[in-house]
Amino acid sequence: MSYMPVSPGVGMEENFLSLDDILLSQERLPCKTDTEFPGLGFLEKNADSRHIPEGTKMEMPLWLAKGLYERKRRVISVELPKVYREGWRTVFGADANVVDLHKMGPYYYGLGSQMLHFDSPENLEIAQTVLQTFIGRFRRTMDSSQNAYNEDTSMLVERLDCLERALFRQGQSGLNGFQLWEKGRAAQLTASSLVTNYRKRKITDLQA
Amino acid sequence: MFCEKAVELIRELHRMTDGQLPAFNEDNIRQVLEEMKALYEQNQTDVNEAKTEGRSELIPTIKFRHCCLLRNQRCITAYLYDRLLRIRALRWEYGSVLPTTIRFHMCAEELEWFNQYKKSLATYMRSLGGDEGLDITQDMKPPKSLYIEVRCLTATGDGMVIINSVN
Repeated sequence: MSYMPVSPGVGMEENFLSLDDILLSQERLPCKTDTEFPGLGFLEKNADSRHIPEGTKMEMPLWLAKGLYERKRRVISVELPKVYREGWRTVFGADANVVDLHKMGPYYYGLGSQMLHFDSPENLEIAQTVLQTFIGRFRRTMDSSQNAYNEDTSMLVERLDCLERALFRQGQSGLNGFQLWEKGRAAQLTASSLVTNYRKRKITDLQA
Repeated sequence: MFCEKAVELIRELHRMTDGQLPAFNEDNIRQVLEEMKALYEQNQTDVNEAKTEGRSELIPTIKFRHCCLLRNQRCITAYLYDRLLRIRALRWEYGSVLPTTIRFHMCAEELEWFNQYKKSLATYMRSLGGDEGLDITQDMKPPKSLYIEVRCLTATGDGMVIINSVN
């Protein structure tokens, strides 16, 4: 495939041009304003005033929280989403495999890494839980992606977060490639999938 | 919240995972640029007021708008860049003549970029493989046979020579 999109950043880094990272940073976080924001009252639906007063609890997308947060000044405070707090961390510690990470995320690992930017006293525990969760779940993701051939994988993928789904897809792509090679079809000329999909589109356009 | 339109552009591209090129969303881009203009002008006003009348309480708001400007800028840049990656892939998948349906999805600047890319690629290919050049967009998979024929270019006497010349 000749189309190679910009990949997401690793760990606490984001790649400026990565579509995945832009969507990840769109995730909303519970925040509190530690100062007044004059003239922006219209953004806060509850506020009657023209300003956002200090101490307002509101949700902000990650990109805004990262942009406004300052370690040495009181601009905003960012609360930990439930899934990174102690209660849920204990659940992950008990058995990471049972959790529906798509429902709890869908960017569990990505957002967890980004949360470390906000200097929470629990940062160490958050980082350790996110890492251990990944380790605990990876084996199952890898195994299922390598053994599900030519079948409906929606059940396997349902409870995976976005990172795990990307890994699963990679595993499937490798598995399919291997199967084609085993059948001696690796060298067969096939129309590019890009071309085939455009042709399909054309027919439906005519029918519309 | 600001920057919602900008993220729509990203979602539109992100949905098409196989590299297809959707129509250039000129409308949406125009709206994002308008939002940026408004944010910028409001910030100019507030910066002047903060400087001349010492109203430092405006600074959090100025910062807020600045974050939004940066976010819009990021989304538009990433949108345009990802589209170029897709357009570049089209040269390799389709060849140098694109079907009209795809051409309609490209804006004028993107068409110009595609033409320039085609030219650069052609110049490069002509410079390979001696007089005739080499079309590297063909035969993108390695050969399956164990042996390939080679043509010896120079007589070097005894000994093993490996020459990279494919019939």
